[in-house]
Amino acid sequence: MRRETRTIAAIAIIAVILSSGAFYLYFSQIQGKQTLTISTTTSLYDTGLLDFIKDTYEKENPSVILAFISAGTGIAITHAKNGDADMILVHAPSQELAFMQENYGVNRKIFAYNYFTIVGPSTDVANINQTDPITALQHIYAYGHAHNTSLWVSRDDLSGTNSKEIALWAAAGYNYTVIRDEPWFISSGQGMGTTLNLADQQSLYTLSDIGTYLKYKNDGLISLDQLIAEGQDLLNVYSAIAVNSTTVTGVKYNLAMTFIQWLVSSSAQQLIGDYGIADYGQGLFFPAVAIVNNQAPAQIYGWIRSYAFYDVGGTLYECPPIWRSGDFGLYT
Amino acid sequence: MTVESELIQITLRSLFISGTAALFASAIGLPIGLILGLKRFKGRQAIIGIFNSLIGIPTVALGLLLYLLFSNSGPMGFLHVLYTPMGIIIGQTILILPIMISVSTETLLGVDESIRYLALTMGADEQGAAFSVVRESSGGILLAISASFSRAIAELGVALMIGGNIRGITRVLTTSIALETTRGEIALGLGLTVILITLILLVNAGLGLLKKRVQWWLWE
Repeated sequence: MRRETRTIAAIAIIAVILSSGAFYLYFSQIQGKQTLTISTTTSLYDTGLLDFIKDTYEKENPSVILAFISAGTGIAITHAKNGDADMILVHAPSQELAFMQENYGVNRKIFAYNYFTIVGPSTDVANINQTDPITALQHIYAYGHAHNTSLWVSRDDLSGTNSKEIALWAAAGYNYTVIRDEPWFISSGQGMGTTLNLADQQSLYTLSDIGTYLKYKNDGLISLDQLIAEGQDLLNVYSAIAVNSTTVTGVKYNLAMTFIQWLVSSSAQQLIGDYGIADYGQGLFFPAVAIVNNQAPAQIYGWIRSYAFYDVGGTLYECPPIWRSGDFGLYT
Repeated sequence: MTVESELIQITLRSLFISGTAALFASAIGLPIGLILGLKRFKGRQAIIGIFNSLIGIPTVALGLLLYLLFSNSGPMGFLHVLYTPMGIIIGQTILILPIMISVSTETLLGVDESIRYLALTMGADEQGAAFSVVRESSGGILLAISASFSRAIAELGVALMIGGNIRGITRVLTTSIALETTRGEIALGLGLTVILITLILLVNAGLGLLKKRVQWWLWE
């Protein structure tokens, strides 16, 4: 064989070996297994919690692969409506309600909560430190309005965090769609991490979920301070919702329900509560199932109830009975 | 799974997906390039113009169109390629096809007419003369392949929107870089970037080596 022919043959063989190796890796992983596609939010995924849950769940259930698609709550719900996800893990009660009202979602279960936080530069020009969230936003509005310098950065991407921000501005007496056009109001259109970086670089205030903030702060990536203490107004509630298999065909409903049952079990709840303690000195998420089931401790139960429960015929439900389907022992 | 084995997996998956896409695009695009470059027919300039402008299609735009196409509620949802490596391969193939066609066509058109006449005067038939033009442009055709592969392995939009960046299934180098950066794992993101750039350099160096071999071999 001639030398050049040999060279070409060698390159071809290397290419074949490499690609069949990759092919083998892929098929050995998915062979004989069922994939449960879960559309979820960046604040859950970027903290690493879901990778941790995936490893644990796949070890206990070797025949299942958990495929997490991480995006904002808005696009996560769109994925689910299109039948591209079997269930969702999200944090925007108003969007979840619409999702179930349109018959796309069933068996909602609140599985964790934590708090949003308002962060900003240590100089704190708008003087919001130690106030409450509503007063803080009013101060920021007043300062921004008076000085016309960029002061607040919003994700502006219809994510759960952005939904919360819109609600907070409304509670403070401002219309989000109006103030977002003002010069002091910056729209990043990016995920939480990028938005925190932007806020840090340009000395802006922003609303963040606590998980992403702690991660960035502890890794020394940002020097923003947490200026507002945790409280009812900043509550952040995460729920799991299965996609309704009668509305959307082809979704793996039973697989999704099995995972939701596992997610609300006491062992999984323990995992969620412990996650991050070793790295950050505090948990990033608090388990919510026991609180909702026992209706105690009374204060936090009351907060979750008024923020993330739905009113049907004068009664508040975590998941109103009309949107429950099948008996999976989820509701007491 | 350790970080190292996961890195190796992601790298192999990237190579496999984008390599296969470059292979598919070569199989479809080079024959089209040959026809456009060698044959004269009506409407040829218009077709060349269309492929030239499609080179610039934004990857996110293509990703969005393909998502709507391959979504379970979309017209081709029955294929079930959304969130699979096959989906990314199809998307990247479509993405790089215009480069493959345009560069190869342009190279063939750029070969001096005299080469063809020389072959004809030396007694070659039309087919033989066409072959000598192709032989003369082997370097450009390899450039088409390497440019296509580089665009495929370096793109983010299609891999993110069609692949979904699912760990262990559709996570490739570019989607990992994006994810690790938003996670604040800047060092890991930088490491992945170095791997990606090294791969592109290696593949191009390999193809550069091959170019000399191919030209020598064709003239033998």
